[in-house]
Amino acid sequence: MSIQLSNIRKSFANDLVLDGVSLDIPTGETLVLFGPSGAGKTVLLRLIAGVVDPDEGRIIVNGVDMDGVVPEDRGIGMAFQNFALFPHMDAHANIASPLTARRETRSGIETRVREVAKLLKIDHVLGHTPAELSNGQKQRTALGRALAAEPSILLLDDPLRNVDAKLRFEMRLELPRLLKAQNATVIFVTQDYKEAMALGDRIAVMGDHGIVQIGTPEEIYLCPSSTRIARLFGDPTINLLDVVPEIGVQGPVVQLSATDVAISGSYAGAVGKACSLGIRPEAIRFVAPGAPGAFPVEIEAETPLNEKTVTLAATRNHREILVSRPAGTPGPDHGKAHVAIDMGNALLFDRATGARIIAADAPTDEMAT
Amino acid sequence: MDQTSTLEKVLRRVAISLVILFFMFPIFWIVLMSFQTNETILRVPPSVIFEPTLSNYVALVTGKLETQAGTLEINFMSNLWNSLFLSAGSVAVGLILGIPAAYAFGRIKFRGSEDIAFTLLSFRFAPPLLVLLPLTIYFQKIGLADTYFGLIWVYQLIVLPLILWIVRGYFEDIPADIEYAYRIAGHSWFSTFRTVALPLAMPGIAAAGLLAFIFAWNNFIFALVLASADKQPVTVGALAFVTASGIQYGQVAAGIVLSILPTLALALYAQRYLVEGLSLGAVKG
Repeated sequence: MSIQLSNIRKSFANDLVLDGVSLDIPTGETLVLFGPSGAGKTVLLRLIAGVVDPDEGRIIVNGVDMDGVVPEDRGIGMAFQNFALFPHMDAHANIASPLTARRETRSGIETRVREVAKLLKIDHVLGHTPAELSNGQKQRTALGRALAAEPSILLLDDPLRNVDAKLRFEMRLELPRLLKAQNATVIFVTQDYKEAMALGDRIAVMGDHGIVQIGTPEEIYLCPSSTRIARLFGDPTINLLDVVPEIGVQGPVVQLSATDVAISGSYAGAVGKACSLGIRPEAIRFVAPGAPGAFPVEIEAETPLNEKTVTLAATRNHREILVSRPAGTPGPDHGKAHVAIDMGNALLFDRATGARIIAADAPTDEMAT
Repeated sequence: MDQTSTLEKVLRRVAISLVILFFMFPIFWIVLMSFQTNETILRVPPSVIFEPTLSNYVALVTGKLETQAGTLEINFMSNLWNSLFLSAGSVAVGLILGIPAAYAFGRIKFRGSEDIAFTLLSFRFAPPLLVLLPLTIYFQKIGLADTYFGLIWVYQLIVLPLILWIVRGYFEDIPADIEYAYRIAGHSWFSTFRTVALPLAMPGIAAAGLLAFIFAWNNFIFALVLASADKQPVTVGALAFVTASGIQYGQVAAGIVLSILPTLALALYAQRYLVEGLSLGAVKG
């Protein structure tokens, strides 16, 4: 079922949480709500679930205005971040609760609970009460309860937050398959950018009482609309260097290590403006001196991670840059070196507002030489 | 190290024994008195060695009080029955009215909810006698004076605020998400109240019920003013032991023992609900 939110406004006792939030989620899409705590992600889910009412705005599910529709009639499955299991019922009864509400037959309920429990690998603890379950099992019981009735809308409020790293990784792999099998419209809340990128068809980044950017994971990663969003995605985080583009010989340039480094010609409009140059660590390469776009740096430290090597380098006036390269690829680990920036992936932000400066043309991989 | 901890252990036991002795001694002495005649009770110096007699209990159960001045009729057993009926009835009515009210006050924020809740609590601020005098006149006018119904109604002044305020706290302690989860699963609010909120608040309900029962059981003034002899509870009925020929200590003691028993039984029964920590593991703390 599709979900449309229009102009939602919600505040709690003079504390404005959401203002003017509009969102359109087509049937079958998995939308990730991503943002720091307090951004209103959970409130948005609760509004859709009907346990909290908006001050203003409309919530439309499959063309029907949800105003005045009680939670039990909305046909939604929801997993709470804090699990919210029924402590006086065992895992079986917890998972069965949406089915008993629909007055299904005893054998039908039994079959479905077993099926869901098996899928989530908790079929051996169905007789346990929540107090006897581990956090991971609680989390899966809560998820099982949300999935049991095969709702056409699933609201998952950071369901992987309270589980250990291994299980989180497993679930991150399993969930997309599981959600696709349900063929449900899913809203998934998370604070983990990797989870957001792995699970979302689209990601809505929340902040400032609303959605600050919405797009596919690639769009958010490659074209974040502000430095703030750019910093939220990626590990190691994006390099942000304060620059003032100037007119160079062949187009706009920025000064890095007292070297003119050409930037895309479409940024001509930014010349003379205080900007931040955003470069993902993986968009910087070590090159031989004299290579196109090369500028000298001093290597300060190197961190070999398993899958990549992160090098901390400094420009001539001590601005630090992180360079990331796949593990095993050659690169200097000390002393002086030269790096070049893949300018097609470099972003320019207005330093005062943090907003991304949109290139005059669509960004191309034209590398001014 | 070991030495001090042993000493500490011993001292702690002694201290606990002293406290128990201090609190239990009157009860213990009353139990002893209930098996003695007035003569052995009043002898100086008092002694724990005596020939036990069941005459006090026999007198209470048969309703015939033998005194030096002759045989007196007392209806202690009907007093006991009245106490039981009035207390149980009041607590039952109090729970039926108080639990849904407590849930409403605890869960739903409506205009004036705090004021109403506080007003209900304020019933307990006024001296009971002050409330009783005008109430007696009203009750006589509308025919409620000297009826069980009227008494149970007035007992709500004691019982209802207690239940309301204790149970409300327990409802508030249940994470709202648990109830939301049940509703989102497709259950009506009433079903949620019945199958989620009520069982989770059960320790509070048991505690409130027990306390309310004790308060109702020990009430003296309401029944004294509003009820005639045949509807009076033990608290008022005990006055009958003060006879023209002196106070019948043995019967008073036996009466006390008998009137402790129902509350004691209820407390033992309610205990298993009191200790159950049902909210454990519900949500991530």
